[in-house]
Amino acid sequence: MKKLNGFWVFLALSVVIYAVGQLLIGTGLLNPYYSNTLIFIVINIILAVSLHLVIGITGQFSIGHAGFLAVGAYISAILTKLDLPFPVALFAGGVVAAFAGLLVGIPSLRLKGDYLAIATLGFGEIIRIVFVNIDYVGGAAGMQVPHLTSWTSAFICLFITLIVIMNFTNSTHGRACISIRENEIAADAMGIDTTYYKVAAFALGAFFAGVGGGLYAHNFYIIQPTNFGFLKSFDILIFVVLGGLGSLSGAVIAAILMTVVSTYLQGYPETRMIIYSVVLIIVMLYRPKGLMGTNEITSYFSKWTGVKGGRLHGK
Amino acid sequence: MDWLQQLINGISLGSIYALIALGYTMVYGIIRLINFAHGDVFMIGSFVGFYAITGLGLSIIPALILAMAVCALLGVVIERIAYKRLRNASRIAALITAIGVSLLIEYGTIYFRGAQLEVFPSALPTKSFNLWGATISVQSILILSISVVLMIILQIVVRRTKVGKAMRAVSHDVEAARLMGINVDRTISATFAIGSALAGAAGVIFGIYYTKIEPLMGVIPGLKAFVAAVLGGIGIIPGAAIGGLVLGLVETLVSALGYSNWRDAAAFIILILILIFKPSGILGKNSREKV
Amino acid sequence: MANKPLLEVKDAGIRFGGLKAVSGFSMTINQGELIGLIGPNGAGKTTSFNLLTGVYVPTEGEILFDGKRINGLAPYQITRRGISRTFQNIRLFNELTVLDNVKVAYHSLSKHSMLSSILRLPSHFAGEKEIEEKALQFLRIFGLESYKDEIAKNLPYGQQRRLEIARALAAGPRLLLLDEPAAGMNPQETQQLMELIAFIRKEFKLTVLLIEHDMKLVMGICERLYVLDQGQLIAQGTPEEIRNHPRVIEAYLGEEVSKGDA
Repeated sequence: MKKLNGFWVFLALSVVIYAVGQLLIGTGLLNPYYSNTLIFIVINIILAVSLHLVIGITGQFSIGHAGFLAVGAYISAILTKLDLPFPVALFAGGVVAAFAGLLVGIPSLRLKGDYLAIATLGFGEIIRIVFVNIDYVGGAAGMQVPHLTSWTSAFICLFITLIVIMNFTNSTHGRACISIRENEIAADAMGIDTTYYKVAAFALGAFFAGVGGGLYAHNFYIIQPTNFGFLKSFDILIFVVLGGLGSLSGAVIAAILMTVVSTYLQGYPETRMIIYSVVLIIVMLYRPKGLMGTNEITSYFSKWTGVKGGRLHGK
Repeated sequence: MDWLQQLINGISLGSIYALIALGYTMVYGIIRLINFAHGDVFMIGSFVGFYAITGLGLSIIPALILAMAVCALLGVVIERIAYKRLRNASRIAALITAIGVSLLIEYGTIYFRGAQLEVFPSALPTKSFNLWGATISVQSILILSISVVLMIILQIVVRRTKVGKAMRAVSHDVEAARLMGINVDRTISATFAIGSALAGAAGVIFGIYYTKIEPLMGVIPGLKAFVAAVLGGIGIIPGAAIGGLVLGLVETLVSALGYSNWRDAAAFIILILILIFKPSGILGKNSREKV
Repeated sequence: MANKPLLEVKDAGIRFGGLKAVSGFSMTINQGELIGLIGPNGAGKTTSFNLLTGVYVPTEGEILFDGKRINGLAPYQITRRGISRTFQNIRLFNELTVLDNVKVAYHSLSKHSMLSSILRLPSHFAGEKEIEEKALQFLRIFGLESYKDEIAKNLPYGQQRRLEIARALAAGPRLLLLDEPAAGMNPQETQQLMELIAFIRKEFKLTVLLIEHDMKLVMGICERLYVLDQGQLIAQGTPEEIRNHPRVIEAYLGEEVSKGDA
C-alpha cells in the first residue's frame, strides 16, 4: 500500500498549501498584486502539467498548446456571459478544448518530430485566426470577461489536474504512453495502439489546457486573440522543457520559478524575454534534459527514506 | 479585379518567401534543424538596409550587399555559438535552442532600438507602366529581377563550385563527407552564411516593397517561408523557390477574393494539408524509417 | 498437432518504389514447430519479419494466421492476434525499468479502463496487481528478477537481448518471431539462450520462427529451415536437406567470396 501513502502525503501537502494561500490572500496579508501572482502560478502549473502529458510522457512534440488555451478561454467566457455558473463554464471549456484536441490530434499525430511540431504550431495559429474572425467574441479587439477566478477555484482545478494526470501516468495507460515516447515501433509491436494513446494524451492535455484557459480568461478583464499566439505556446513549452522532459515535478517547479521571474520583470518586458531566451539556450546547451531529467522529486526523497511515492521510473 | 496585377503581386510576395525559404531549406538539408531564428535574420537584414540607406546614404545595391554581408556573418555566429554544440543533441533540444535564439534576436533588437516602426525609404523608382490594361510598378519588376538573379547565383554556387559540392555531400552523408576530406564545420558555416545572406536580401526587398519594418516583422514571414520550404520539399533548393511562389500566389488570391483576414490561416492550412498528405513536399521523395 | 497450419504465407512480397525487396515468399508453419529462417546478409530476412508483423504492408500475396488474413492489419493488431517479435537492433524502452518494459507488453492483455485508473477504482488496483505479478513471472523465467528496478539501457548487452524476449513473451503470443536473438553473444551465452528458447517453447506451447545469420547455430535446434537469398526463397527443408542444397551452398559461398574481396 505504498501508493496510498504517496496519495495521503500529496493530499496533506495540498491542503496545507491551499490553507496557507487562502490565509495570506483572505486576510489581506498579501497585496492584490501578489495574490494575483499566486493565482497566476497555479494557472501556469495547470498549463505546464497539461503539456507535460503530451510532450514529457507521450513524447509528442506539440508547440501549439496556446490554441487549446484559447478554446477554453473563449468557450468559458461565452458561457459565463450567458450567465452559466463558473464551474460549468470551466468544464465546458475543457471539453470543447479536448474536442479541438481530437480534431487537431487525429490528423497531425501521424507526423513525427519536427513535422509534428510545425503542424501543431500551424493548428495553434489557425485556432487563433478563427477567433480573430468571429465577430461574436469581438474579433481582434477582444472580449470582456467577468473576473471570476479565485484562489479557491484555481487551486481546486490544479488539484484535480494533478490527481488525474498522476493517476493516468502511474497506470498501464501511462506506461503505454511512455513506451511510445521511448520507442514507438517497439510499442506498436508490443500490442500498444499507439494512435489511440497519442490522441488520448493529446485530448486529455487539451482538456486541462482548456480548463487553464478558462481560469486564465476569468483572471483578466478582457481576452484577445493575440494573448494566445505562439509566444504563449512557447511560454508553456519552456516550463516543460526547463523542468525536464518527462518530469511532472520538474514542470511544476519550472512553472513556479518562471512565473515568479516573469512577474518580477513585468515592468521590463524586453529584459524578461532576453533573460527567458538566454536561460533557454544555456539550459539546452549545457543541460539538454532540463533541470530534473525524467526524475521526479519523490525519487530524491526515496533515497533518504526508502519510500516510493508511486513513481514510475528514475533511479 | 485586375488579375494580371494580382499575379505580379503574388509573384513578388512569393519571391520574398522563396528567398527566405532557401535559407531554411539549405540549413535543414545540411543539419536537419528548423532554424527558427532565420526569420529574425531576415528582420536584421531589413534594418541593416534601412540604416545603410538612411544613415550612410547608400544606394540600393550597396545597401543590399551590406545587408547580405552582415546577415551572412550573423548566421555564421549563430551557428557557431548556439547550434554547433547541438549537432548530436536531440531534435527537441535543437528546436528549442533555435526558438531561444529567435527570441533573443527579436527582443535584443527591441532592447537596443525600441519596438517602434520605421518607414523604409523608397529606394527604387516608383513609376509604373501599363501592360494589357494592368498597372505594373517598376518596383515589383525590379524586385522580381533581384530575386531571380540571386536564385540563379545560388544555383550556380551549389551546382558548380567546390563549396556547393561540399554542401551537397555533407547533406547527403556527414560521415562519408568527412572521410572524403571535406571540412564539415566550414561547409556548415558556408551554408549558414549563404542562407542568411539571402534572408538579408529578402529583408531589404521586403522593406522596399512593404515600406514598414519593425523588430517582430520576421516572425510571420519566417514561419511562412518555412511553410514554403516544406511545401516545396524541405532540403530541396528548387523546392523552396517553387514553394515560395505557390504560397505567395495563394495568399494573394485569398486576399483578392476578399478574405484578407484569413490570409495567414491559408498558409497554415496549406502546411497541414501538405504535411498530412505528402510530407516530403512537391519535389520530395518519400522515405521510411528502418526497422 | 499438424492438423491446421498456424501461419500460412502465400506468395507475399513487397516493393519499395520499383525495387522488389522480397517476392514470392511462401511459408507454412504448423502449431508447435521451431522453424529457422536463414540467409546471407541483405537476403530479406528482417523484411519478411516486418511483413509478418505488419510493419510493412505486403504489396502482393497473402498472410494467414490461424486461418485468418492478417495482411493490412496494424502491428499492434497483429500482436493482439498472437504474433510477437524481437528486433535485430534491440528496441527496448530505454528509460523505463526492466519491470516496466515487460509490463508494457502485458498492457493489451489487461482489462481495466483508463477511467478506472484515473479514478483509482478497485479494478485499477486489481489490474495493476495482475500486470505486476505476470511481469515478475516472466522476469523470473529469464533470470532477470534481480534487475527489475534497473533502467533497461543500463543492462549488459546479453541481458538486454533476454529482456527483449521476455517482453515479447509477455505480449501473450502463440507465434514468437525472434530476429537474431543470439547476435553479439558469446558461445556460452548463445548456448544458454538456445536452451531457454527450448524451455519457453514447451512451457508456453509456443511456435517459434527464428532468424539466424549463423547457419551452424540453427541447424542444431530447428526442425525445418527456410532459406532466403536476394529477396527470394531458394530452399526449404530439414537441416540435413538444407546443408546439401546446391543453391544454399552457392548463396553462402557467394557471400564468403564477396567478404574476402572487401
